[in-house]
Amino acid sequence: MHNFGKSFIMFRESVSMALDNIRNNKVRSFLTLLGIMIGVMAVITLITTVSGVTGSITSSFSSMGVGTLTVQVSGSDSKSGVTPEDLQVIANLDSVDGVSPTVNLNGRVSYGKNVQTGKTTSGKNAYYFTANPDMIVQGRALNFTDDDNSTYVCVISQDLVDEFFLGKNPIGETLYVAGLPFTVVGRYEEDSGGGVSSIFMGSADVIIPYTTAMKVNNSDEVTSFTVYLKEGVESDAAQSEIEDAMDKLFDYEEDCFTVSSMESIEDTMNSMATMLSSLLAGIASIALLVGGIGIMNMMLTTVTERTTEIGLKKALGAVPGQIQSQFLMESFLLSMIGGLTGAVFGLALSFGLCKLLGTSFVFNGGAILLGVGFSAVVGIIFGWAPARKASKLNPIDALRAA
Amino acid sequence: MAEDIFFRMTDIDKIYPLEGEDVHALKKVSLSLDEGEYLSVLGPSGSGKSTLMNIIGCLDTPTSGEYILQGREVEDMDELELAELRNREIGFIFQNSQLLPRLSARKNVELPLIYGGIRPKERRERAEAMLERVGLADRMDHMPNQLSGGQQQRVAIARAMVGNPSILLADEPTGALDQKTGAQIMELFQELNDEHRTVIMITHDLKIASHARRVVHIIDGEISEGGLHDA
Repeated sequence: MHNFGKSFIMFRESVSMALDNIRNNKVRSFLTLLGIMIGVMAVITLITTVSGVTGSITSSFSSMGVGTLTVQVSGSDSKSGVTPEDLQVIANLDSVDGVSPTVNLNGRVSYGKNVQTGKTTSGKNAYYFTANPDMIVQGRALNFTDDDNSTYVCVISQDLVDEFFLGKNPIGETLYVAGLPFTVVGRYEEDSGGGVSSIFMGSADVIIPYTTAMKVNNSDEVTSFTVYLKEGVESDAAQSEIEDAMDKLFDYEEDCFTVSSMESIEDTMNSMATMLSSLLAGIASIALLVGGIGIMNMMLTTVTERTTEIGLKKALGAVPGQIQSQFLMESFLLSMIGGLTGAVFGLALSFGLCKLLGTSFVFNGGAILLGVGFSAVVGIIFGWAPARKASKLNPIDALRAA
Repeated sequence: MAEDIFFRMTDIDKIYPLEGEDVHALKKVSLSLDEGEYLSVLGPSGSGKSTLMNIIGCLDTPTSGEYILQGREVEDMDELELAELRNREIGFIFQNSQLLPRLSARKNVELPLIYGGIRPKERRERAEAMLERVGLADRMDHMPNQLSGGQQQRVAIARAMVGNPSILLADEPTGALDQKTGAQIMELFQELNDEHRTVIMITHDLKIASHARRVVHIIDGEISEGGLHDA
C-alpha cells in the first residue's frame, strides 16, 4: 500500500515535470510533435475517406442485390443454355421465389425518323415485374400472356420516353427494335442506383417479353438469369441448392455455369477496400516513423542539456527508474499531444473531403484508435533510448559537468 | 555492533583504473564521527577530497575498506540502496547551489521529498518551514534567478535539511560567494550545528575550515587529524 502510494506520487510528479519541460521549450516541442501530428492526420484522413467512399459503393451494391443470385450459363457441348422448362425447374426449388431470365436483343431502336443506336433492349418475364413492383409508373407491366404468346409489346425507360415522346403519351405508340414493330404498353423508372445497378441488374431502355427476344434471336435457350430467393432464405444454402439442380440439368458436366451472389461481390469489394486502406495507412505510418525519429532526436538533445539536473536529482535520491520514467513520460506526452491534435485535424479534413466527394462521413473509431495508439507507441519506443541514457548517467560525472 | 555506529570509515581505499596505471585516490582512510559533530575536511585540489566526499555522500563506493552510516554498511550497497540512503541520510550542499532554474524556491526545496515519496501537502509544509528557518519566508515563490547568490545558497541549505538527514555534506559552500555573504552562510552552518545537526564541510580554504570544531587534513589521499579549534 505504501509502495503504491509512493509510485502514484512519483507518477504525478513525472507528469507535471514532463509538462513543465514541454511548456518551457514551446517552439522546439511544437516542431517535434508536428511530425507525429501530420502522420496521425494522414492516417485518419486516408482511412476515413477511403472507407467512406467504399462504404457508399458497397451500400449501393447491397441495396439492389439483397435476396438474389445471378446465374451465368456458359453451356456444354450438347446444351448451350437453359430452356424455359429448365427455368421452371429452378423456379420450383424450395428456396426460390421466382426466376427472371435476361435475353439481350441487339439492334437499333427507332421511333419514326428518330433513331437511337446506343440503347439496349432486353427480354424479361412477367415475374421480373412482380419482383420489382414499383418499377412501372405508367401503363402496365409485361404479363404471363405476353410470355406465353411472345407478343410484340414493350415497356420503355423514362430516358427513352424523353428521347422519343417528349410531352406526348407514349402508351399505344409503336417503335421499332431491330426492324421489328413493338407496341409501348408501359413506362418505367429505374431506382436511384443509376449506372452501376443497370449494369449488374441488366435493366435496359426497352424491355420486351423474353420469349419474343428468343424468337427474334432464333434461339430457344437462355444464358443468363436472376434467381429471387424466398424471404429469410440463406443465400449460401440457396446457392448450393441451385447449383445441384443446375448440375442435374447439365448432366454433371464441369464448368457449364456460375452462380454468384451480390454478397460475394460485396465481399470482394470489402476486402479490396480493406487492402487499399491498410496500404494507404501503411504509407502514412512512414510519417509517424519520421515523427518518432524527431522525438528521439529532441529527447537526446534534452538529456544532454539537462545532464546537471539529472546528476543533482540523483544526488538528492532519485533512483534510475524515476529518472527514466520522467523522460519517458515527456516523450510519451509529447507524442500523445501530437497524436490527439493530429486526430482532430484528421477528422476535420476527412469530414471536408467526404463532403467534397459527396460520400457519407463515417466516424471511424478504429482509425482514431490506430492513429493515437500508434503515436503513443512511437513516443514510448523512441523515448526509450534517451530515457535510458539519462537514467544511466553517473551522478558524479553529471554534477561535474556543471 | 554495527547497528549502534553513527559514522565510521575504516581503511577505505579508492583506486581508479586509468590507462593501465591505477590512481590511488584514497589510501587507508579511517574516520569516525559522532552525531552533532562539525567537521572540516581540508585539502588542496587533487588531494582526494572530492573522492572522499563522493564516498561519504554515498555517490560512490570504496574499492576496499568498511563504511558504516547509521548502522548500515555502505561499502557493498547497490545503486538503488545508495539512492535511498542519499535521500534519507545525506543533505548535499554544492559550491554553486545547483538549484533547478525553472522551479521556484519552494519547489526546489521539495525535490528530495518527492523522491522520498512524501505527499504534496506535507512536502509543501516542510519546505516552507525550512525556508523560514533559513530566513527566506518572503522568497518562497521566487525563481532562482530572482535570488541573490547568498539567498540561492540558503535555498540549497534548506533543500539539504528538508529530509532531516543524518549529515549535512557541504562542498565549498562559500566558494562562489563574496566574503560578507560567505560569512553569513558560515554563521548559518554554526547555528545549525548548535541545533545538533551533524555537518561535514569539504574545503581547500583554511579560514573556512577553521569554523569547524574539528579539522582533518587530506593530502595525497591520506588523512590526518588536525586538532581541535575554538569556534
